[in-house]
Order: sequence, then C-alpha cells, then structure tokens
Amino acid sequence: MAKMVNIEIDGLPIQAEEGRNLIQVAKENGFFIPSLCYYENMDPPLGTCRTCTCRINGKPGPACTEKVREGMQVEVNKADLVDMRKSIIEMMFSEGNHFCPSCEKSGNCDLQHIAYELEISHTRFPHLFKDRLIDYNSKRMVMEHNRCIKCRRCVEEVLTDDGKRVFMYMNRGNETFVGIDYEQEAKLSEEQAINAMNICPTGTIIVKGKSFSKPFGQRAFDLSSSQKNYGKKPVKLSRGAVMEKKIVATASLAGCFGCHMSLLDVDTDLLDLIELVEFNKSPLTDIKKFAHRCHIGIIEGGCCNDENIEVLREFREKCDILVSLGECSIWGGLPAMRNTVPLGECLEEAYLNSFSNDAAKSTIPYHEDIPKLLNRVYACSEIVKIDYFIPGCPPSAGHIWKAIKNLLWHEEYSILYSEFKYD
Amino acid sequence: MYQPGTDRLFEVEPLSSYLLNELRDIQMSEGYISDEKISSLAHKYDISKVEVEGVVTFYHFLHRKPTGRHVVYLNNSLTSVIKGYERVKESFERETGALMGSVDRTGTFGLFSTPCIGLSDQEPAALIDFYPFINLNAIKVKDIINSIKQGASPADICDYPADNIRYTPISGSVFFSDFKEGLSLENAFRLSPEEIIEELKKSQLAGRGGAFFPTWMKWDATRKQESRLKFIICNADEGEPGTFKDRVLINSQAAMLIEGMIIGGNTAGASYGIIYLRGEYLWLEEKLNTKIQEYYQKGLLGKNIGGKAGFDFDLRIQMGAGAYVCGEETALLESMEGKRGEPRTKWYLPVEKGYLQMPTIINNVETFCAVARIFEQGLESYCEKGIPGSPGTKIISVSGDCSLPGIYEIEWGMTVAELLELCEANNPYFIQVSGPSGECISMKEKYRRISMLDLLARKDIRCGGALTVYNSDRDLIMILSKYAEFFKHESCGICTPCRAGNYLIERKLDKLKNGLASGEDLEDIKSWANIMKASSRCGLGKTAPNSMIMAMEKFADYFYKRLYPTDNQHEGIVAFDMEAAIADYEKYKN
Repeated sequence: MAKMVNIEIDGLPIQAEEGRNLIQVAKENGFFIPSLCYYENMDPPLGTCRTCTCRINGKPGPACTEKVREGMQVEVNKADLVDMRKSIIEMMFSEGNHFCPSCEKSGNCDLQHIAYELEISHTRFPHLFKDRLIDYNSKRMVMEHNRCIKCRRCVEEVLTDDGKRVFMYMNRGNETFVGIDYEQEAKLSEEQAINAMNICPTGTIIVKGKSFSKPFGQRAFDLSSSQKNYGKKPVKLSRGAVMEKKIVATASLAGCFGCHMSLLDVDTDLLDLIELVEFNKSPLTDIKKFAHRCHIGIIEGGCCNDENIEVLREFREKCDILVSLGECSIWGGLPAMRNTVPLGECLEEAYLNSFSNDAAKSTIPYHEDIPKLLNRVYACSEIVKIDYFIPGCPPSAGHIWKAIKNLLWHEEYSILYSEFKYD
Repeated sequence: MYQPGTDRLFEVEPLSSYLLNELRDIQMSEGYISDEKISSLAHKYDISKVEVEGVVTFYHFLHRKPTGRHVVYLNNSLTSVIKGYERVKESFERETGALMGSVDRTGTFGLFSTPCIGLSDQEPAALIDFYPFINLNAIKVKDIINSIKQGASPADICDYPADNIRYTPISGSVFFSDFKEGLSLENAFRLSPEEIIEELKKSQLAGRGGAFFPTWMKWDATRKQESRLKFIICNADEGEPGTFKDRVLINSQAAMLIEGMIIGGNTAGASYGIIYLRGEYLWLEEKLNTKIQEYYQKGLLGKNIGGKAGFDFDLRIQMGAGAYVCGEETALLESMEGKRGEPRTKWYLPVEKGYLQMPTIINNVETFCAVARIFEQGLESYCEKGIPGSPGTKIISVSGDCSLPGIYEIEWGMTVAELLELCEANNPYFIQVSGPSGECISMKEKYRRISMLDLLARKDIRCGGALTVYNSDRDLIMILSKYAEFFKHESCGICTPCRAGNYLIERKLDKLKNGLASGEDLEDIKSWANIMKASSRCGLGKTAPNSMIMAMEKFADYFYKRLYPTDNQHEGIVAFDMEAAIADYEKYKN
C-alpha cells in the first residue's frame, strides 16, 4: 500500500497516493483539466502539448508531468490559468491548417472537442497558413500533416509486433512533422492501423476507407460535454440599454451565403424578429447602401479581394457592434485553403491549367471593374476591429438567434454543447 | 575493456549510443546520408528507417542530399551580420558558384548558413569542412576558394582562431594562469567525497552554463544514488549566440577540464566521463583528445588513477551534430543516446536517471575548470576574489560593437560600465547579456553589477557567459526579429508554446518592422511572450521571449516610434497595406 499524502486543489483538501500523476488524481476528484498528449500509465509522461498547464506550488506547469507530493498546492480554475490553457489550444488552431468542415475526424477529434469544452469562438493569434504536404504514399494510411499537433502519442504508442516504430518526428523547430515508415506501416494489422487512427487526437492519421464509419452528428464528441456544468453559466455579452426596435445590417464577403441561410433557419422566430428589428443594408432586403447608422452589423465570410475590404471598413464605420458570423469571417475558413499556396499558382491552376479549360483561349481575368484579388484570404479581424465571434460552418440557427438577442436586448442565455460547433 | 584512442564507446554503452557518431562519419566521408545508408543503419541498429531519418533531420550538420566535396557553413548570427555577413555571403556565392543553401553545379562546393559557431570575436567567420576561417571579407573569401579550387586542403589553409584573452583580474586569474597538471587530483584525492562536497559548498560554485544551480548539490545528489554505473558529463555544447568562452577554455586549459571531471568521478563514484563537444568545434577535438591521451599515459585516466586503488575513470569525447537545443542538459542526454535532441520532462532529474537512465552529473566546461582550480590552488585563493555571496571570477565572451571583442575574466561584482570601458564600446545602446535567451539592458542600468546574487538582490545581473554590445544605430526590432527567427529554427519542435509561439511572435515583429503595428500589437506580444514563458517544456521556450519582454519595457519609446501613426487611424480600422496585398494580382494586368 502506497503512502497517502495530502494535497490541495483549488483549496479543496484531497488525499492521494504519493507519486501518482497529478492529472489523474485531479480527474478522479472531479476537476476538469483539458489534456491532449496525456494518457494513463505513460512513464515518463509525454508533456508535449502543455494543454493541462496549472499552477503547482506557485509555479505554472503542466499537471501531467507532476507527481503528487505531500503538501502540494494546485491551482486549476483561476482565470489566468483558464485563459492560458485556452491560448495553447488556440495556438494549435492557428499553427496548423484546421478546416473542420472538410475533416474526416470532425466530431471524433480531441482537439476540436477540447476547444468546444473551453468555448473557444476564435483564436487570438493570426493563422500562420504554413504550406504542408499531405502524404498519401503509404498503402493504407494518409498523413494529413496540416492537422498534426505533434503530441507524440503515435510515436510512442504505435509499434509493430517486433517492436519497431511506425511514426517518428522529422526536422525540428517550426518545420517539425511526424513522418511515417511505409515498410513498418505495412506490417500493422488492420486493428493496429485503426488504433493508430484513433489514438491520434486530431485527423492527422487517417486509415483509408475507415474514417466515415459513423456519420457526422453522431460522433464521440458531437452530443455531450465532458463537464457536468457545461453551459450552466449564463452568458451575457453586452449590458445596459433599452428595448427599442433595432437596425441590423448584414453582408456576405468571401463566403458561401450558408450563414445567411442558417439565419433563415430561425424559422417561426423570424416572425418575432421582423417585429423587433429592421434590416438595412443586407442581401436579405437587397438594400445596397446604408440609409442610416445601424446597431449591429453581421459579417459572413472573410476578405479575399479589395472590395471585401472596402465593404467591411464601411460596416465598421456605420455599425455600433460588428459580429463575425461563421468560420470564414472569423479566420478565413474554407476560402483560406488557398492561403498556403501563392496566388499565382492558384490562378494558373484555375484559369489556365485545369482540364476543362481550352488552353489557347484561356486567360486570367483582369479588368478595372473586377475586384482585385488579395495575396491571401484575410480574417475580418485583421482588417477591422470585430466585437463578437459566432463560430460554426454554418453556426446553428438557435445559437445565432440567442447570441443576437443577447447583443441587442441583453437577454441572458446558455451555450448548448450541441449548438457550439465548428463544422 | 575500453581502449583509449581507438574505441569511441565505453564497454558499458549500448550500440544505440553510436548512431550519431556513425551518421557523422558518413556525412563527413560521403557528404550526405543516402536512402541506402538509412536502410543499412536501420538494419544494423534494429530500428525502423523513419527513426534513423528522424535523427538525421534533427541535426543541421547532417544532410539528406549531397553537399558537395567541400562544405562551407557561413555563420549568419547577428554579430556576423553587423560585421559584414551580406558581402561575405555574396562573395562565397560568386566564388563557389553555389547559392546559399545549395551546391554548385559541379558538386564541388556546398554553401550553407548556420547560427553562431562560437567565433563572435572574429566575425564574419565560416567553417569549411569544419575548419575555421575568421575575419572574412570579400577578398579573403576569393583567395580561400581559389586555393581550395587549386587543390589546397582547408585543413592546411584555415586560421586557428586567437584566444583573445583581453582581461584577467589583477588579483590573479582563476582560469588562465598556469595550471600545475595533476596537483588538483593529488589534493582532491586526499579528501573524502564528503569533504570535497563540503569544499564545493564553501566555494559557492554554481553552474556556469547560466543556470547557476549549486554544483555541490548536484554532485551530492549523484553521489547518494545507489547505482553501479554513473556518468560525469561535460556540456561543451555552448550554442548561445555570442558565447565562446568554452572554446577558449578547451583550447588553452584542457587539462583543467579533464581534472575537474576526474574529481567529479571520484566524488560521485562514477567511472565514466564524456565530453559532449558541439559539432562546430570539431577543429578542437584533436587537441582535446591529445590531452586526454596524455592523461592516460600519465596514469591519471584509466585504472587505479594516480595510484588510488579502485578508482577507475575513463574519458571520451562525443561530438554533436549541430543543434542549439542540445545545450539543454536533458536534450544533450538524448543526443548522446543516439536520438533526436529533444529535452526530457522533469519527471526524473539527470542525477536520478540521466544518461542511459543512470545517475549523471552534467556540468559546463567552466564549472569543471573552476573545480580543478579550487583543488589545485586551494579554496582560499578562489574565495578571495569576487564579492561576498558571489566569490570567484567569471569568464565573459564580449562581442558586437566594441573595439576589443574577446574573453574577459572578471571578478564577480564588476559593473557593466567597467566592462564596457574595458572592451572599448564607444556608443553602446542595447546590451544583450547571456545571449538571446538572457537579459537585455539599457545604458540606464550600466552601473549594475555582474554577480550571482541576482535572485536575492534583484539589481545585479547574472551572466551565463556572453555580453553583446549594440550601438544606437542598430535596429532594435531587427535584432529581436533575428532572435525570434533563431529560436523558431532551433526549437526542438515538440511543445506547442515554443514551436508555435516563436513563429507567432516573429510574425508580429514583421508587422512592427513594416510599420503596421498598433499599441494593441505590442500588448499582444507581451502577453504571448508570457504564455510561452509560463507554459513551455524546457528552458529554450521559457527564456526565448525574455529579451522581447524586457526590451519593450526598457526601450518603450523606441517601440512607440515604430507604431503605425495614430493620426492616420480611424476608429476600429486596422492598419493594412493594400498595395502589398494586391501586388501579386497586379502582375496579371495585361
């Protein structure tokens, strides 16, 4: 029987066996500490992702690399620590190229799940859009390097029957990626291969033909939160003002109009909405110019050309509150898939080299009346100050409606786990 | 039985520890590591190919593509940039016919840039086939390359760098005065391990690599571990840009280092010592090895050392292969085991489970040298120097904008102002202490003392070994970007805050360079830097943003001057360079 020691987590006295992993002890005592690289019985623990950063005896550090000792004082849920953990997850999103709506792993992805749990609506960091290759060479697996968070799980855990590694880090610094050994991969059984896909906390390791066995919407993290009190805290975005008819403007920049469609999914509430708000400049009303100042501007899509930027700047000047609606507006979204490739290559592929083009007649369009394409797609927040972000592709109607009501009339609401999504 | 001079591994070390040596050998003889070699090594070491490749791609002196018959590594550190890197680079490109980062068409020369090679006092400097060439300029480069083309061997025409020892204390030098070989061992062997620890405790000697962890504690902890196998490792991987003190110590006082390590072995009960010498210092290997062989011949290494029955100590050199992060002690251990140099977590300390999971003492070159001197001359003479609480002297490598760059052995307690005067820095503005991961200071602080007291007194400066001076006409933002770029490349890449953080901060600095940053961007940099400091996995990420944070406090005016002018700003509109953003598209205008 191991020696029992006394520790404190957020002021709560806890008894635990000496030398056990702190993250495990915290979990067993009802503390939610997000983690990605950690899994049980790993000795020594990996300590790579840093998502479980807490404060231990006054010093910040990850819980997963701490052994429980007598008198240990642990802080978990202090505001600065919650924010730091959020920032680390945000870093992963801005460092990789994570397009949730087109990812096989969406709904089964630990990274996405933790981001939902932490209610991350946008990243404070600019997305880096580093160009990364996708490795299709292995017979059975695809290595989607855009999505890798370098947690080391696969490196340590996926071994062939004769004990050889299948995955290993390559390069170093910001060029680091996880390489796959085709020869060793071929030795894995189907079960082992699927296990490799499953222990990957993101959609980096994909086994061909095996990634869609469960439909979207019914996947591991689609429905319920790991936290008992998720969404129990009422959200209040803005405060103080009177009930009056509000004026709303909307725009779709580099987007697909899907967010506007989702807005229409408010259904019968639309009848209430019409009583409560007046739409000014918006594709819904086909009003092209601002007639007067608006209380709220809702922007769908990011900026891919100079006209988008002009429109967005005008919205900022004419609206009190500006909201980014949906992934494209928040960080570029699907149109930003081109951001890792130089503009010239994109244009030449689309207008000159594609199969459906007649090479002799093809040309890249350029005219003073056509908006000029930017070198990449920009997030709205890189162009103007954005006040609020509503994530989703598209955001669910229920979530949009609640957030907008709250912004305009300060009605409190709860975020539902099932409504807060990136895909 | 270990055969000194021929064996490159002790009998207790597994084959896996040999991988890095073997890769280096192949690189040196064939110029790159081919697919065939990867396969055969995987077979030999019984690991997968991807594992071998992982090791190869981690170190920047190992290549997967041919590098030519002669490989030029030109240092691109800031000091080199100040002293004329660009022109030297152009000259190399013109003379060799290879563009930076590639090999010329005939396969004769490969030209690559590399971070600081420990020659900051003689920049611009380059390694050609790992032989040093210093104080380069366009004409000198032309001559060198022409000679090589005509068949001269770089070994014959290289410059052996001067030690440039510019200053030693008037009260006597700890490190550079004559060293009576064997005396420190004689004296130390008379004492019991406990007594040696006690002496070290009194000397207040602390880790000279820059962490200043009390040496006696490390030694005592290792001594107390019950293990039949223990190691003494010397960290001679000084990669911190601007540091070159270990180079000079090894060149001039190798005996001191060797004796310091033997005393460590005797104290901790370890019979094996390894010096991890950075790849950049390959040109020092032979000299150091000769000294080691001399010690074997004198009976001061090997079995029953110095006639002390039962005390065996073997010593060998392990060469690095180019990775700054391997200066981190646990990354160094990984590297010695033939793996990628990724730092370990602090789950186990090296004194408990170090090299090959055995108790290990890892100390810097300067620390071992100081130990040897303490036992050679006696504690008293060591403790007379310096100031109370910080006895002894410290070696500082001075470089940058000063007339007398080189090695300054100062007594602890000297002020920055005095040191600046000694090295003839005429117009100092921004002073970087302990390299990019250290601390930057402004001239307002020039009367701060250099000592080990920092944590208590808060006013003193702890210095790991480098002091780099920048004039007021240097671009501070450029300096900091260069640091961020350095860390971005040198991060081992496995923890998020360090890998992504350095990258993100570099982007923000670009914004600042382009004059598009706002006050909010400065706040962002500060807050992101603090996230990195608090959450990174090892010292690299924790210290990488130090200078950034300090510079923004100490040179606040400078930063404000570089912001996007506020009178051009509209409420809520972020500064944006539209012309640059549409420049790519404008190319398609008929």
